[in-house]
Amino acid sequence: MSAPSAVVQNGQSSAAFGDPDFVLEVESLRKEYRVHRGKTIIRAVDGISFKLGKGEILGLVGESGCGKTTTGKLIMKLVEPTSGRIVVDGVDRTSLAKEDEIAYRRRVQMIFQDPYASMNPHFKVRDVLEEPLLIHGIGADNAERKAMISEVMSKVKMTPVEEYLDRHPHMLSGGQRQRVATARTLVLRPEIIVADEPVSMIDLSTRAEILQLMKSIQKEMNLSFLYITHDISTARYFTDRIAVMYLGRIVEIGVQDDIIDDPKHPYTKALIQAVCEPVSGRVGLMRELAIKGEIPSAADIPGGCRFHPRCPYATKECSDLPEPDLIDVGKGHSHACRRWKEI
Amino acid sequence: MSETTNRADPVLKVRDLRLHYFTSKGAVKALDGLSFDLLPGEALGLVGESGCGKTTTGVALLNMPSPPGRIVGGSIVIDGTEIVGMPEGELRRAVRWSKISMVFQGAMNCLTPVYTIRKLMTETWKEHSVDGKFDKSALEERMLKYTRRVGLPDHVLGRYPHELSGGMKQRVVIAMALFLEPKLIIMDEPTTALDVIVQAQILNLIKELKRDLGLSYIFITHDLATEAEVADRIMVMYAGKMAELGMSEHIFSAAGGGDAASADDGSHASHGSRGPSHPYTQKLLASTPLLRKKVSELAFIPGATPDLIEPPPGCRFAPRCNFAKEKCRHDEPPVFEIEPRHQVACWKAMEDPEYERS
Repeated sequence: MSAPSAVVQNGQSSAAFGDPDFVLEVESLRKEYRVHRGKTIIRAVDGISFKLGKGEILGLVGESGCGKTTTGKLIMKLVEPTSGRIVVDGVDRTSLAKEDEIAYRRRVQMIFQDPYASMNPHFKVRDVLEEPLLIHGIGADNAERKAMISEVMSKVKMTPVEEYLDRHPHMLSGGQRQRVATARTLVLRPEIIVADEPVSMIDLSTRAEILQLMKSIQKEMNLSFLYITHDISTARYFTDRIAVMYLGRIVEIGVQDDIIDDPKHPYTKALIQAVCEPVSGRVGLMRELAIKGEIPSAADIPGGCRFHPRCPYATKECSDLPEPDLIDVGKGHSHACRRWKEI
Repeated sequence: MSETTNRADPVLKVRDLRLHYFTSKGAVKALDGLSFDLLPGEALGLVGESGCGKTTTGVALLNMPSPPGRIVGGSIVIDGTEIVGMPEGELRRAVRWSKISMVFQGAMNCLTPVYTIRKLMTETWKEHSVDGKFDKSALEERMLKYTRRVGLPDHVLGRYPHELSGGMKQRVVIAMALFLEPKLIIMDEPTTALDVIVQAQILNLIKELKRDLGLSYIFITHDLATEAEVADRIMVMYAGKMAELGMSEHIFSAAGGGDAASADDGSHASHGSRGPSHPYTQKLLASTPLLRKKVSELAFIPGATPDLIEPPPGCRFAPRCNFAKEKCRHDEPPVFEIEPRHQVACWKAMEDPEYERS
């Protein structure tokens, strides 16, 4: 599918909302945590804006501490944003009353990272899948709910359905659990699925199977996916567009192939360069690493361009001038490096 | 490298190693007859899915199986000393950490939070040093030597674990493994919990240590891509057994996520090599997503790993293998050398006439 092109700007008001091509629009979203009695402010998400198209898979990629999981939680309304807007289907959903929250979560569902911890061990598969229906009051009677459960079970290819319905989570493999977790979101017929590292705990031999399954369901149901991951290799395979996050901000966003084949931001370049691949002949060779050190604390974000202390191309202007906004380089590809032409 | 070390005596010799976990349901045959050698200065990569016996192999080499596990047979000779059957006290005093040490999976997050790094290292010394005696200034000197060796500033010794970043903690754990100057280090998923950039930094450090100290190591991971960076030889394990053991350039000669058949750029190192030869290795390679090459379909292996209490007869991979024939389901394939320094346990790979006929 062709990805909708959207100029996305960090922290700046962009186009009007209500564009029917997009199911989710996020604008200048921020989440601050105050710790040490308010003396320290952790800026976990620091002004991000992006749009998610209908039937699109957007990858949110970055290292731990970049704010990708917090972004997912904000969209799920599991934590309240400090400021900014979350718009779903053209309607502002930034703050919701309790009863609206339940209705909201029917449309926006989440697949969690750890399939061993995200299911009640006392529940059978049947109960795991029925619970969301009961919470949302869907299905007139047992028979109708049963039919719905069977339908999603066959969607995630857990057939014959009867064989699995009475199993407890511990009787399933990691891959099977992640299928049940996917089925649990699908049973509500959501529009948006936030998947936070859905395959990082699955064995390599089944990882591809789960990704393929999720992708085929996504296509079939025309779902919109926010795929949160640290693994840029699976992101290339799974997503339509990728947003690279660093220390609470999007530093580059665009169509996946453009991001990986033609990255503009030095951080994206370093991230790609650091990925190992199963190709022989690297033993004993030191890898040139473009950037040094580790991601700084979100409680102490460097001034100027927040990447400048680790950037090999940083000059005085990078530390002195205010943080650059996203620069559009065409085809929906934008990045936040003011020196991109020179590097 | 291999020409000069070929003639040297192996630093580690493992023969028919068996380790079972005795559970209420029966004995789980976690390691069922494993044999391999490791040469001085060589890096061996141990790969496989969860439950294949990689970590069990690691702890077995220290003769430190976690209960209810027990080594039930075989031999482990480290630097000329047989350690199977050695009393616990002697293992502690004369083997662990002084001859062979281990970087445990997740160790960086298990450092005692109330000890400084200096105290942690001192404890390691007290536990394992040969004579138990030490001179304070010599100890301090050695601590500084290894902290610097792993690229940490001196003041780290006075810090507590929570004051350090993930990458720094992993460096501390590696320094602690090096501290008693063993010949061999086992590293179990040392970079799995780290971010890619930090992971690349740690992999560089490990290669540097190998080059500068002539260290031998066994690198355990589920990630084939990491192995390509750090291992001279690769051992692929499946269900407690070796499936394939070969030089990195053999195993990765045809790497290409999604289509293992195309050998595009690995060919320089592998003229005439048979390439990855066990169907399991081939499938694992094909299911690895590659960043720099776009693939539309990734392979996967249907089914799950077998029950190790009653493993399937014949080849343990047969139930999930596309090439399995009658023979594979009845007769267990022996480990067979299909070319120099390349062993495979597969009837198909060894071109067994009976397999070919059926």
